[in-house]
Formats: sequence, C-alpha cells, structure tokens
Amino acid sequence: MSLEPRGITTRKAVGALLRKELLLERRVPQVLPAMALFSITTFVVFRFALDATSVEGDTASGVLWVTLLFAAMLGAGRLYVADHEEGGIDALLLAPVDRTALLISKAVTFLVFLVLVEVVALPAFVILLLGPGLSPGDIAALALVLLMADVGIAVIGTLFGALAIQTRARDLILPLMALPLLVPVIISAAKASAPLLAATGADSLPGRYLALLGLYDLVFGLLAYAVFDYLFDD
Amino acid sequence: MYSSKLRIYTLATVVTLATAFGLAALYAPIEADQGFSQKIFYVHVPMAIVALGGFVYGGIEGLRYLRTRDPKHDLRSYTAIHMSVILGLGVLITGSIWAKVAWDVWFEWREATLVSFLIVFLLYATYQPLRFAILDPEKQARYAAVFAVTAGAFVPLNFMAVRLAEPFIHPRVLNNTTGGALPTEMKIPFYIALVGMTLLFITLCKLEMTHKLTRGRVKGLERRLDALRGETDDSTLPPRSAAPQVVA
Amino acid sequence: MLLAANFPDGSGYVLAAYLVFFALLLIYLGITVYRMLGLEKRLTTLSEELDRAEGRTAAPPLAEPVADTPKDKIL
Repeated sequence: MSLEPRGITTRKAVGALLRKELLLERRVPQVLPAMALFSITTFVVFRFALDATSVEGDTASGVLWVTLLFAAMLGAGRLYVADHEEGGIDALLLAPVDRTALLISKAVTFLVFLVLVEVVALPAFVILLLGPGLSPGDIAALALVLLMADVGIAVIGTLFGALAIQTRARDLILPLMALPLLVPVIISAAKASAPLLAATGADSLPGRYLALLGLYDLVFGLLAYAVFDYLFDD
Repeated sequence: MYSSKLRIYTLATVVTLATAFGLAALYAPIEADQGFSQKIFYVHVPMAIVALGGFVYGGIEGLRYLRTRDPKHDLRSYTAIHMSVILGLGVLITGSIWAKVAWDVWFEWREATLVSFLIVFLLYATYQPLRFAILDPEKQARYAAVFAVTAGAFVPLNFMAVRLAEPFIHPRVLNNTTGGALPTEMKIPFYIALVGMTLLFITLCKLEMTHKLTRGRVKGLERRLDALRGETDDSTLPPRSAAPQVVA
Repeated sequence: MLLAANFPDGSGYVLAAYLVFFALLLIYLGITVYRMLGLEKRLTTLSEELDRAEGRTAAPPLAEPVADTPKDKIL
C-alpha cells in the first residue's frame, strides 16, 4: 500500500479525516462526555445492584468490562450519526479518497474515544468500587489488556456501526449484532484482568488470553479491511 | 431450477435418516457411562455440525455475492443461514434436554461447545432483523452478505475462545463430539446420521429456494398482468418479507 | 410410554429430543405447505384474471367493427 503514491494519499486522507473527527468532538463534545458519564453512573448502579461497597477479582473484572462494553456500544452507535445526518458521508464518498482511509480514521477515532473514556472510568472505578489497590505493574498490565481489547471493540464498532447506520433500526440492532461478536473479547479481557484486580495480587499475565485478543484483533481487522468497501459502494 | 433433483434428495434424506436413527436405536450399544440417554447424541451432534457448516457456507456464499453481485448467491446465503437458525434452535433444545439428563441442569455453562453454540445462535438471530431493517433490496443483499462473511469467520474463533476460557470438565462429551473415542458400532450410525442431516439440510434449502423462485415468478406474472391492464403496481410499498426478492 | 418401561434410564428424555427434531421439521414443512397454498391461490386468481383479460382484449374487436367481422376471430 505504501509503494504507490496512492498510499501517501491514503495516509494523508486518514490524517485529515482523523483531524476532522477529533475537531468535531472538541468543538461540540457529545459522545465522550456521554460515554464517561454513563460509565460512572453504571458503577453506581453496580454498587447497589450487587449490594457491595467494594469488589475484587472476578467480580471486579466483570463490573469493569460490562461497563466499558456498554459504554462502547453507546459510542459506536453515535460514530456515524454526524456524517449521516449532515450528509458528510456522501461528500466523503464523492472525494477521491480510499474507503480504507475512512475505515482507519473511524476505527482510530473510536479507539481514541475508548482510551479517553478509560482514562476517566478506570480511576473512577478504582476509587468507587475496587477493594484492593493497584500496583504500578498491575496498572501497566491492565493498560495492555485494555488497549488490546479496545482495538477489537473499535474494529467491530466501526464495521457494524457503518452497517447499522444504514438500517431503519440503527440503535436497536447495533448492540444485538456487536455484543455476541464481542464475547470472545470479553472472555479474554475479563479473564486476563481478573487476577490483576484480585486481593491476592497477580502472579503474571496469562499469555493465552492476550494471544487470543491479538488473534481476534488481527482476524477482524483484516476482515473489516476486506469487507468495509462493500458497505459504501452505491 | 432448484427443484430438479428435489425428489431424489428427499428420498435419500428419508432413507438415510431412517437408517441412521434405526441403527442408533437398535444396533448401537448402550454407552456404559451415560446409559440410554447417550442416544440423544445421534440427533443432537449431527444437527449441530450441519448448522455450523450451514453458517460457514452462508458466509462463503455471502463472499461470492459480494464478488459477483449475482442474486443467486444472496439467495443461497440467506437460505443457508435461515435453515441453520432453525436447526440451531433444535440443537439448543436437544442440547438442553441432554444436559438435563446427563448433569441434571437445563443449561451447562461449563460445557464449552453448548455455550459457544448459544453465542453463535444469538448472533445469527439478528440476521433476519438486519435484513428487515434495510428497504433497498440491493443494499439489503450487500449488507446481509457483509454480515454473513463476518459472522462466518466469527464461528470458529468463538469456539476457540470459549474453549480457552474453561478447563475441560466434561471430557467424555468432548470426546464424543469429535468422534475420536467412539467405538465403531457408534461411529457407523453417527456418520450415517451426519450424512442424513446434511442431505436434509440440502433438501430443505432446495425446497426453500424453489419456493422463493416460484413466488418470484408468480409475482413477475402478476406485475406483467398489471402492466398489461395499464395499472400501476404498488412497488413503492416496503416488501413484507426479509428474504431476497427474486423476480424471474 | 411403553418404551420408557423397557428402557428405564432417561429414555423419556431421549424420546423428547427426537420428538423436538421431528416437531421442528413438521412445523417447517407445515409452514411451507401453508405458503404453497397461498401461492396456489395467487396462481388461481392470476389465471382467472388472465382469462378475464383475454376476454376483455378480445372483446373490443368484437364490438367495434361492424357486424361483418367473422365470429371465429374470438376463438
């Protein structure tokens, strides 16, 4: 892709699109505050739903991942709304820009959103709910798990967000499709982060879950790259 | 024409399945560990394998549709997934019955294969609503194909993930599923049942596609008649079905 | 129930599982038959309307020209 001048165009296009997305969110913050607020509210809900003032281990991991996943669903549903409502997508498709640039810029935007939400949600989680504290080593390991899971969530969210925006049932159908697809991510991420959040402390990161996350990211990344074009060829 | 070999397929299906179930009832030995209830295996596992195969096949036909834009492939993809969802319902119910008799619970979360199947089933349950939610037939086919391809790739990955998540606590079932530890007297009815179930799947798919094509031709005739009478047809109304619209 | 007497352990469940399979098959085939009946009905009305339309398009040449048109044209 980088051999031809077209590769440069793609890279430039990705950069431009990315700037556009981030500028839009900075000018009129809509999605990010909603996602962050939703996460914190969900922690409060869990405090009462579980009737626990602090959680650890498997439960902590479950609470964290359910919250982040649902917040991500919230964000994925909004990913194309601005383009769709203001006709931005049509303008983009008219421009001589690779569809791949659109995929990459949307996925990276969503990834940035997810990371930013986690920067807010994770400290909130530690303060509000987590029983045992986190050592710097734990935080680094957790960040790795979060990042690898985020890549998978971003890819699925971008692909299926694009699919759902064209349907009559948009917000209804997106989580229905994306949640089962993200079960492997949740399995691996929850399993990998449970020992980090346990009171006994973690011995080491279970490599096989990270490997699975990596495989998932790779497979669906390539798949999204292969099929994304077909969503926009009217 | 999908109906050309329908009669042969129907006959073959009936004969094979009857043979398989007959052998399963009379010839196959009663399993030492689980007793008579293991006989569920001969209907449950072939159904599961064929349903999963149908999902993957639906993905392959989806890919073919995206490359060729031939509505034939969209129809095949739709039919395969449609049939697999129906079979999948059967798999979940029979699996639940088996879990009840084997472990005295209606659903066993530690049985990785059953859990994976449930996830896959839930994913494919959204295929029809997705088609329903898109009005433009061409777009509907295209988006459904993208879904079918992604979901088809998800099937094996999901089975891997769920298996990784749980230690194997029920090895005997897993052995049975792979067929590795089966005695020959059990293998013969099982493989015949598998062939029969595949034939049943093909027969039902052909039946469904024949029906769709026939309906399309009737609709085509109705349109021609309306045009002949100078009436405008109400094609602006959204289609009632989510199935591919074939007009011959 | 007779089967259950001969094979005591869990044969009711086995029977139920096979029944589920055949019930699903039966339901599917039932729906297919129902849809085919609908199709048959549409075909019937279609051929009836076609008959009527043929009668109507054939009718004007009968009525419009004067009486000397041979009658066998309608056939």
